[in-house]
Amino acid sequence: MSPIVSFRDVHKSFGAVPVLKGLSFEVQKGEVVALIGRSGSGKSTALRCVDRLETVDKGEIIVCGHRVSDPKIELRKLRQDVGIVFQSYNLFPHLTVEQNITLAPRWVKKADKASARALAQEVLAQVGLSEKIDAYPEQLSGGQQQRVAIARSLAMRPQVMLFDEVTSALDPQLTEEVLKVIEELARQGMTMLLVTHEMAFAARIADRVIFMHEGLIHETGSRDILRNPNTPELKSFVGVGL
Amino acid sequence: MIPSLLGISPAHWAALLAGLKWTVFLSAVGFLAGGLVGFAVALSRISDSLIIRGLAAVYVNLIQGTPLLVLMFVLYFGLPVFGFDMPPLAAACIAMTLFSAAYLGEIWRGCLQSVPRTQWEAADCLALARWERMLLVILPQALRIAVPPTVGFMVQIVKNTSVASVIGMAEMTYIGKLINNATFQPFRIYLIIAGLYFLLCYPLSWLSRRLERKLNVAHR
Ligand SMILES: Nc1ncnc2c1ncn2[C@@H]1O[C@H](COP(=O)(O)OP(=O)(O)OP(=O)(O)O)[C@@H](O)[C@H]1O
Ligand SMILES: [Mg+2]
Repeated sequence: MSPIVSFRDVHKSFGAVPVLKGLSFEVQKGEVVALIGRSGSGKSTALRCVDRLETVDKGEIIVCGHRVSDPKIELRKLRQDVGIVFQSYNLFPHLTVEQNITLAPRWVKKADKASARALAQEVLAQVGLSEKIDAYPEQLSGGQQQRVAIARSLAMRPQVMLFDEVTSALDPQLTEEVLKVIEELARQGMTMLLVTHEMAFAARIADRVIFMHEGLIHETGSRDILRNPNTPELKSFVGVGL
Repeated sequence: MIPSLLGISPAHWAALLAGLKWTVFLSAVGFLAGGLVGFAVALSRISDSLIIRGLAAVYVNLIQGTPLLVLMFVLYFGLPVFGFDMPPLAAACIAMTLFSAAYLGEIWRGCLQSVPRTQWEAADCLALARWERMLLVILPQALRIAVPPTVGFMVQIVKNTSVASVIGMAEMTYIGKLINNATFQPFRIYLIIAGLYFLLCYPLSWLSRRLERKLNVAHR
């Protein structure tokens, strides 16, 4: 079976600054891959390339059968297959939780009102926020907003979920409630690529860990490399993280 | 009937009010037609196409760099040279539209761009098409920001319609000039006209300030 996400020799520069210097990796169906590394190592850039929020200079990216590096890619199809959640939630402030969640299903997938509402109820139950369906984002805590953002992505029934440091803006207690949701998704077999600074969390749920360093994969392997790192760079990185 | 009010005869009052009607009409044209074109200008200014963006920028700079008076002259005296029939009303309407469109376009461009980048991106990530992103995500947020400065600019539109008097458009200022020619009471007549402009503009200024305060409260 072909992988859900595949990077082959991906290069990307911002101006004269090379950020990805020949990145290659794959994410198989049902796999949970944690992307870790120091600030500026290119983790977010790599993640954004998956959903074509950034275009690459060289190399090939294939996601759910879509050739992302192809300039003529049908973005609307790619983005229905990919869910992405950012550190800053990015809920639409003028819409209720239900409207946030059902916006794309209704307009992109042409779901009718009743089935869209049922869908909203379903994904909100998944993130444990059923009672907030009529709330506005500003009435929710950061952790709740982030869970709604996850629910909003799930409502498109993506084949892969991308998470970029989704708990970095949250205090420890709120972090825990968001991580629980992600862990439950992992348990249900969702394919996930997640950038995280939560080493303990990565060590708990990741099937595989990719340690990025200066735009390249420096070390990769099972979650065990977090406890027994091989390279000095990863050693010093987890030394501070775990 | 009162023979005269504030020293102005009923006939002159009637003429003034007829002028006032044209002032309101020109303002409405400036706002509605100018708003329509201005919206297109705002969208063009943030277009992905360098050419469209450039053309819109040239238009805005051209209009903002030209006195409205000169614009009226160009349309009224200039175009007929090329065989266009240009009555004062048409010239005034076109000038007000071009004028308002440039300024409203810039105001609205700023409002669109003040919606955070991450909101545009979140809409993209949900597979929304560009027009859906604009209609469902960006416009509703930009609209709230846009209301106070837009209403504020309506005051400028109202006041600037007086420029049309120089090309013989029979709006309030023009009528005032005619009455003054007949009565030689410039202080009285122009004070009254100032009062009438104030009555048109003050509610708009008041509304603009109120909406701004309301928006600030809503945003905390
Ligand atoms: N849009 C951009 N324009 C210019 N430079 C950028 C842009 N986005 C990222 N960079 C640069 O690319 C490099 C890699 O950034 P990236 O965000 O991918 O790192 P990261 O590994 O996610 O770091 P962090 O842990 O801080 O989030 C950084 O040096 C950053 O300054
Ligand atoms: Mg990052």
